[in-house]
Amino acid sequence: MQVTTPEMDPTPFRRDLLRLEPAGLYCPAGDFFVDPWRPVDTAILTHGHSDHARFGSKRYFAEVSSESILRSRLGKEIDLATKAYGERWKLGNAWVSLHPAGHLLGSAQVRIEVSGRVAVVSGDYKRQSDPTCVPFEVVPCDLFVTESTFGLPVFRWPSPEMVFDSIHRWWRENQTAGRTSLLLAYALGKSQRLLAGLDASIGPICLHGAVHGPTQLYRNQGISLPKTITVSEASKDFDWSQALVLAVPSSQGTPWLRRFGEVSTAMASGWMAIRGTRRRRAVDRGFVMSDHVDWLSLLQTVRETGATTVWVTHGFSNVVARYLREHGLSPGNTVEASPLETQFQGDAEDVEENSSNPEDETRS
Amino acid sequence: MNFAELYRRLDESNKTGEKLSSLVDYFGQAPDDDAAWAVFFLTGRRLPQLAPSRILRSWATEQSKIPDWLFEETYAWVGDLAETMSCILPSSTSSEESSLSEWVERIRQLRGLDESDQRASLNALFDQTSDRDRFPMMKLLTGAMRVGVSQGLVVRALAKISGLSNETIAHRLMGNWEPSAEAYARLVDPDTADADLSRPYPFALANPVEGDIAGLGDANAFLAEWKWDGIRSQLIRRSGTTYLWSRGEERLDGKFPEIEASAAGLAYDCVLDGEILAWKEDQPLPFAELQRRIGRKTIGKKLMQEVPVRFVAFDLLEFNDVDWRSRSQQERRAKLEEVLGTEPGIFRVSEQIYANSWSQLALLRESARERKAEGLMLKRIDSPYQVGRVRGHWWKWKIEPYTIDAVLIYAQRGHGRRAALYTDFTFALWDNGVLVPFAKAYSGLTDHELTEVDRFVRANTQEKFGPVRSVTPHLVMELAFENIQVSNRHKSGVAVRFPRIVRWRHDKTINDADRLEDLKRMISPR
Ligand SMILES: [Zn+2]
Ligand SMILES: [Zn+2]
Repeated sequence: MQVTTPEMDPTPFRRDLLRLEPAGLYCPAGDFFVDPWRPVDTAILTHGHSDHARFGSKRYFAEVSSESILRSRLGKEIDLATKAYGERWKLGNAWVSLHPAGHLLGSAQVRIEVSGRVAVVSGDYKRQSDPTCVPFEVVPCDLFVTESTFGLPVFRWPSPEMVFDSIHRWWRENQTAGRTSLLLAYALGKSQRLLAGLDASIGPICLHGAVHGPTQLYRNQGISLPKTITVSEASKDFDWSQALVLAVPSSQGTPWLRRFGEVSTAMASGWMAIRGTRRRRAVDRGFVMSDHVDWLSLLQTVRETGATTVWVTHGFSNVVARYLREHGLSPGNTVEASPLETQFQGDAEDVEENSSNPEDETRS
Repeated sequence: MNFAELYRRLDESNKTGEKLSSLVDYFGQAPDDDAAWAVFFLTGRRLPQLAPSRILRSWATEQSKIPDWLFEETYAWVGDLAETMSCILPSSTSSEESSLSEWVERIRQLRGLDESDQRASLNALFDQTSDRDRFPMMKLLTGAMRVGVSQGLVVRALAKISGLSNETIAHRLMGNWEPSAEAYARLVDPDTADADLSRPYPFALANPVEGDIAGLGDANAFLAEWKWDGIRSQLIRRSGTTYLWSRGEERLDGKFPEIEASAAGLAYDCVLDGEILAWKEDQPLPFAELQRRIGRKTIGKKLMQEVPVRFVAFDLLEFNDVDWRSRSQQERRAKLEEVLGTEPGIFRVSEQIYANSWSQLALLRESARERKAEGLMLKRIDSPYQVGRVRGHWWKWKIEPYTIDAVLIYAQRGHGRRAALYTDFTFALWDNGVLVPFAKAYSGLTDHELTEVDRFVRANTQEKFGPVRSVTPHLVMELAFENIQVSNRHKSGVAVRFPRIVRWRHDKTINDADRLEDLKRMISPR
């Protein structure tokens, strides 16, 4: 992919703070990359999703509770140093610290300070409540790098309480009708957030093998999740019609589903807010739940950081950047905003929520 | 359950059984005036658009306090105006549960108002609509109400709650159905002695032959005819008046004066099913010629001479006020021949093709292209006339389409469920070293392939022109189409009919794609 460098403030200290290189976002003062998409010497990772955490770098830094996730995805033997949220350390001439991003367990924003100027790379983040991870923290900065996966004003998330209510209602209706409730969600992050909010008194909760793995990692970190069984463990005479089966999207339409008999298929994703994407997935129900910010929380967050320069990645970067440029943070308070063509995405589709890891496909 | 709830259930479900039971639940308890409007919208009828899209857009933009360009960007991505507006407008404070007929009443009040009054009315309308009802309400406002329900399913639901047959309901729904409480009551009225002289019967439709033709059983159990590409129509002759209907339930009166004139000379009252074709010198003209006849308001002498037509009748549904549909194909055909006779004229009985084996028929089918036919129709001789596409009675056995390997050069976002993806493509062929666009194709790829092409388009965009992107020529696809003819309206000089994607040719590079002259060679001499 062609990488275009955004128009940046030409003052040298800013160039020293952060810039875009072919391998990714690079801090010259500290000689490290954040979420690089090619192997580099030093990489700081915001979180374990495959478009952010890539294999092959010599040395990694990440938040302490993401360690097991990263090792399971990138290999046990990677050279990984972990840091707690808020812990400051020095790389070259840069002071670095990690702060909660609220996206999933161990997800972090990377704060970089060079000569009194601060940049924050937020990775993926959300502002909604999620009992499986530490809530997002606003980190004041000069330069804010934000995602824009759902950066259009049509995206407005309903409250998680409302969403869980409708999931539970759907599950009960299926039980009455004698149908298995199949809920599709991304294996890492979304699935555990769903588990934490599900009412296990309604019926048994069963997991697809690809969901079970990350779920165990969460449990090992002390995140309390309801009791589950894996689908392959279920006995022959198991009554699927009472169960909620949590599976990865790629299991849709595979022979793996045969055992469940009549099924009602649902998906939990921010894309479910739009009818076109919902129908394209051919699911019976779409639950609007995302681990990314919606339009208003995105604008609110940018405003709260107080940043005067904003780089927008991951999704609707052009739209969000233009809106910020034209409307600023508040009246009379202009902001310099530019889209950043990164490899975190196609351009409107979120890798994490629309496809799953290749490794998920083969397991059951 | 109000209409908004029904709409949500129909929209969310992918299962016919569930949709049917939602419809039955709704019609079982809806007041007659609401039910009438529900029938109206769900069978694809629509209100005239009372507020122009331009006003709706600027009103929604203003209400949601976003810049124009952002509204347009968002609309382009979502692909549906009603959905864009309902997702973007601020949350409503109303919790009012209005009935469908109340909505229609409110929407109708927009009629004839000037722009500023329309805006004021839209505000009022919007204030009276709760968030839950907003999307279907906006759908009514913007006109189209497609919700993945076929007319057949609505008919089944109404038949179920009224205890009438599907045929009766379908028949009563034909033509200009005006929604009102009275009309709904008549629709489900157990007294079936109703009659409306102009009303056509629901059309019987054929299924395509898939796989081995021998799977249909004994060839002698079928009647074979040529399958023509014309306007499928019903000609109704009752009490001295003629009505001409197309399959799209549109009246064709006045478009084919010569057919109506000939019908006046028929010796009996009857209802004929057949195909209107443009016909000259003993063979049909291309469909495009026939289209010239439909497109005009008034049909002049000159056009009638340039595009002479005939009505090729293949079935008889009613004879002297008696419904003949339950009689066998054979019996109806014999009566049809008796009614129309064999004299050459505007009315022709469709030619019956005699063969006593599938292999003989297959051989004859090979000659379809020279005869300008699309293939063969096969109808069971002992079958009654069916409503809609019932399997096992009528089959269409088309000739293999033309195919050509072409290069994808432009992409545009799709609509409806494909709105988020680039799914509408323009294809080109080589002409003296240049790629010349010649066809647009939308269908034929799997969802998985569409996602893949979409990704390719985004990563290989050269230029953006509004919603269209020009794409680096790289992908080669095999396109099929039904017909081809010379056209000076197209840059390529040819027009193809029903182009669609057969397969993605991963095995070919753009240098292997076909040339425009290959396509032109396929045009058969007239
Ligand atoms: Zn992520
Ligand atoms: Zn991401």
